[in-house]
Amino acid sequence: MTPEPTLQPAPAPPAPGKPGEVVMTVDHVSKSFGDNHVLRDFSLTLGRGENVVVLGKSGSGKSVLIKCIIGLLPYDEGTITVLGQDVASLDHVAMDQLRARVGFLFQSNALYDSMTVRENLLFPLRRHWLEHSAEEEEKLVCQALDDVGLANTANMMPVELSGGMRKRIALARTLILRPEIILYDEPTTGLDPITAREIDQLIREVQHKYNTSSLIISHDMNCVRLTADRVALLVDGRCYAEGTYDELEQRDDPKIHEFFA
Amino acid sequence: MSNTALLDETGAMTRFAGRFFSEGFRPRYEIQELLRQCYIIGYQSLPLVGITGFIMGMVLTLQSRPTMAQFGAESWIPTMVGLTIIREMGPIITALIFAGKIGSSIGAELGSMRVTEQIDAMEVSGTNPFKYLVATRVIATTLMLPVLTVMADAIALFASYLGINLKGVTTMALFTNNILTGLAFGDVVPAVIKTFFFGFAIGVIGCYKGYNSEKGTEGVGQAANSAVVVSSLVIFILDLLAVQITGLLGLN
Repeated sequence: MTPEPTLQPAPAPPAPGKPGEVVMTVDHVSKSFGDNHVLRDFSLTLGRGENVVVLGKSGSGKSVLIKCIIGLLPYDEGTITVLGQDVASLDHVAMDQLRARVGFLFQSNALYDSMTVRENLLFPLRRHWLEHSAEEEEKLVCQALDDVGLANTANMMPVELSGGMRKRIALARTLILRPEIILYDEPTTGLDPITAREIDQLIREVQHKYNTSSLIISHDMNCVRLTADRVALLVDGRCYAEGTYDELEQRDDPKIHEFFA
Repeated sequence: MSNTALLDETGAMTRFAGRFFSEGFRPRYEIQELLRQCYIIGYQSLPLVGITGFIMGMVLTLQSRPTMAQFGAESWIPTMVGLTIIREMGPIITALIFAGKIGSSIGAELGSMRVTEQIDAMEVSGTNPFKYLVATRVIATTLMLPVLTVMADAIALFASYLGINLKGVTTMALFTNNILTGLAFGDVVPAVIKTFFFGFAIGVIGCYKGYNSEKGTEGVGQAANSAVVVSSLVIFILDLLAVQITGLLGLN
């Protein structure tokens, strides 16, 4: 039987690390559902403190990629290395320890409806066996809510919040663990343009404040323009093109131009 | 549903129940969540189960009275009602009501959590969602249904006492004595034991349907609906098996 985890010290902000250090590698990964080949030989790297956006059409396998990275879906071939650990070889205890260092913002926010905002934020903190006094917990909750600009919502239920607020609370729940990497699954989908821009700015603020590395899955070009240091274009399951937003925009390729037109 | 699909579904449900035994009793133990589920599943079902039990006891008494009177056997009403309620009607009616209330709510709750990615969110938050959501609910339904059935039986018998006294006078002592005289351990024990199986079936089926829900909000409705339908059917099948087993043991 695998050993149970023991209480861990409180999370500290991620170490600055070396600039340009690679924190995540997706190496020739393939994933199929029956005859549907979603990812084919897909490769990508993410550097420390970098924001990489994976851009692709709906149904192109972007969410599958991000779920393979966090270990929610197994992949068929290739290697995914996150913070120096091969995801496929981790047992559940090691995987949970890795997940405490990698935040995941779900497309649907995935806030627990039966819990208040405070309980939502405390849930990952307590479940990851992180040791805190009640005062420390309260401080972390306040800090996380301050970071997303919703300081007075701790006692509200998710159903009382607007779509934009729910997205921010979901981000606060991710931030409370002080992750080194944050995976964003379509962070602006379903939001009005103004709120979507606020979320994009928030992603940038989090990157600068905590030196987090972010992998952002999106098909929203405004989001890509505002948040990406580098863009990877996912077409037919492969990384079709890679570069900065401006570089890709200037390329004379119809498949790339389709996104930037 | 085709025969193959039915067998596939039965196999998947059996594997799901097997997973409960292989994962559900390993640490980390979710005691706090288990107690919360016992409160929701047990305590909050008590009013509905109590009302059902009351009506069941009252109606059974009032409807059997004229026939019993025809044969001059009114004094046998407590014995007959006691045996009927404790051996069969109490467990089966309570289980069906419980399946309607709890089976559907578990199916809908877990189904909704599945389609809104809350189950995935639990997994990335260092939680085994199967243990946290499924094992706790299955244990709670298995433990709470027998307790609710005993309470429903008691309430039904009290209602029967009231029913008898609507058109006559019987003391509580005589009523109780008549019931106890007609009852043996062979009547009570198998009736209580089978409710553990009913509770387990309701928990497993509700959780299975919700946990594996697909097709968005439509799937949530289907999960809630099929949880009740399948649970009710399985309750009758288990009851039939229980009758056969008690017959083989000479307890019928």
